[in-house]
Amino acid sequence: MTTPAATVSAEPVEQGHSLWQDAWLRLRKNQLAVFGLWALAAITVLCVAGPWFSHYGYEVQNLDLGASPPSAAHWLGTDTLGRDLLVRLLYGGRISLAVGLAATLVALTIGVVYGAIAGYFGGKLDAVMMRTVDIMYALPFAIFVILLMVFFGRNIVLLFVAIGAVEWLTMARIVRGQVMAIKKMEFIEAARSLGYGRRRIILRHILPNILGPIIVYTTLTIPGVMLLEAFLSFLGLGVQPPMSSWGVLIKDGAEKMEEFPWLLLFPGTIFSLTLFSLNFLGDGLRDALDVRSSKD
Amino acid sequence: MLRFITSRLLQSALALFIVITATFFMVRFVPGGPFTAEKAVTPEILRNLEAHYGLNKPLWQQYLDYLGSLARGDLGPSFKYPNRTVNEILGDKLPVSLELGAWSLGVALLVGISLGTLAAVRRNSWVDYSASGFGMMGISIPTFVVGPLLVLALAIKAGWFNASGWYGPADRVLPCLVLGFAYAAPISRLTRGGMLEVLHQDFIRTARAKGATEWRIVTRHALRGGLLPVVSWLGPGIANILTGSFVIETIFQIPGVGREFVNSAFNRDYTLVLGTVILYAALLMALNLLSDIVAAWMNPKVRLEA
Repeated sequence: MTTPAATVSAEPVEQGHSLWQDAWLRLRKNQLAVFGLWALAAITVLCVAGPWFSHYGYEVQNLDLGASPPSAAHWLGTDTLGRDLLVRLLYGGRISLAVGLAATLVALTIGVVYGAIAGYFGGKLDAVMMRTVDIMYALPFAIFVILLMVFFGRNIVLLFVAIGAVEWLTMARIVRGQVMAIKKMEFIEAARSLGYGRRRIILRHILPNILGPIIVYTTLTIPGVMLLEAFLSFLGLGVQPPMSSWGVLIKDGAEKMEEFPWLLLFPGTIFSLTLFSLNFLGDGLRDALDVRSSKD
Repeated sequence: MLRFITSRLLQSALALFIVITATFFMVRFVPGGPFTAEKAVTPEILRNLEAHYGLNKPLWQQYLDYLGSLARGDLGPSFKYPNRTVNEILGDKLPVSLELGAWSLGVALLVGISLGTLAAVRRNSWVDYSASGFGMMGISIPTFVVGPLLVLALAIKAGWFNASGWYGPADRVLPCLVLGFAYAAPISRLTRGGMLEVLHQDFIRTARAKGATEWRIVTRHALRGGLLPVVSWLGPGIANILTGSFVIETIFQIPGVGREFVNSAFNRDYTLVLGTVILYAALLMALNLLSDIVAAWMNPKVRLEA
């Protein structure tokens, strides 16, 4: 066969593939992961750019119209105050996605630093730090987040921090396990014998080598974080009106579903679709980067 | 084994103490007290109220008093329901939440373990793929979407169940199924992983060579090791189910601890908030301890780590 595709695939044999190129090729073969990637890209672009192209504002009410089913003027219908549901979904998506990313970033930072320290230093320090994580795993953390949100006002920055502070545990365990495996390798010993400090060794030599698992579990943390945000919003403790998030819209929809089922159906669908996409992508990345699913 | 249990017990006691202390001071340091929302209370009445509940004493004294009564199993009076103690309120609500949690856990274990085992035994067959598809649905479609949709379809439209309430046995079906199926997903994943690992081992081959039936191999030989990940998950998992029931209680308007807790936090009912947190923390620590012990009993390797 002398098709162009065959010649292209013959070339890389000489060039060789980097780890990341390899992973990318494997990921592209996973249809669900590719679907997840595209769906996420589409949802993000729609949420960020979509509202600019609509002449409805997310809080513009039309009380004469009230709740109306999907129509040519309002593609996904309107809520009881006559607000366009599509626009509210897109604005809500901005908040949900932003919370997902920001809180994951908080969790990522705490988890990586904590796990790297425990894994690198090992011994007593590690034992104490990891027992603490074990114990924290067993605490009813959602309860503390609820308390925080009730007592200290429902502002969105606190929401990031509170959720992030809960979701870092798994990341810490994974990073610790990986660091423990890497630190015994010869190139780390070489770095140490060159007189590099611990900081430099951890940041420059160990962390880049465990980037794969970190990326995988970051991707898998985002849906957990978004779920927690929606959970809080559903209880009335998350994002406050007139701002909305998907959780808030689902809550509103659930209250009015008897007469206006589309108010529940559309927010529920887009939220689930986003979670599906993130989970598919995360699973695909795990296979592509060949990260074992064991916890340590 | 005894040393292992003692050390875990001490850890749990320490963690519980930290939880109590942290929650106590967190609740006290927030702006706004239990009586601030009350309709214009005169300073005089406020002072009387505070004296009645001991809120005028120094904070450390209040803390010690609280620990003292806690040691006697007394969670104190509720601030918002005069004449009722926290013990009474929780005594009313807890059985409801526990029943909801227990049925849901039962559903989750039954569905999750059977599905995970089937998926592992028939690896890469359609059973395996549909099990993982089901697992994906479980983690991607939240209970607060599934719950209302089922209420809409089965209760409001079809009329098979009541849309809300917690009276007859039929009222248990929807809440427990929704909550149970959500947690069947992680259980089936863990079971599948654990079983796959065990099914490769030599003793399974030996059993097969001795002519044991597939059913006997799976139930008598493989499950004991294969369920280890599930047993370790149970402690944290039950914590998730109990907090997950907050949403279920809201959707189905079930008079459990979850709804009461959110209300009490809004009302700044200090003692009720504290009591709920302590009760849940203690419950979860006990369950965690139990799941650790069972895991150790099932696998000597775990025991040696302690």
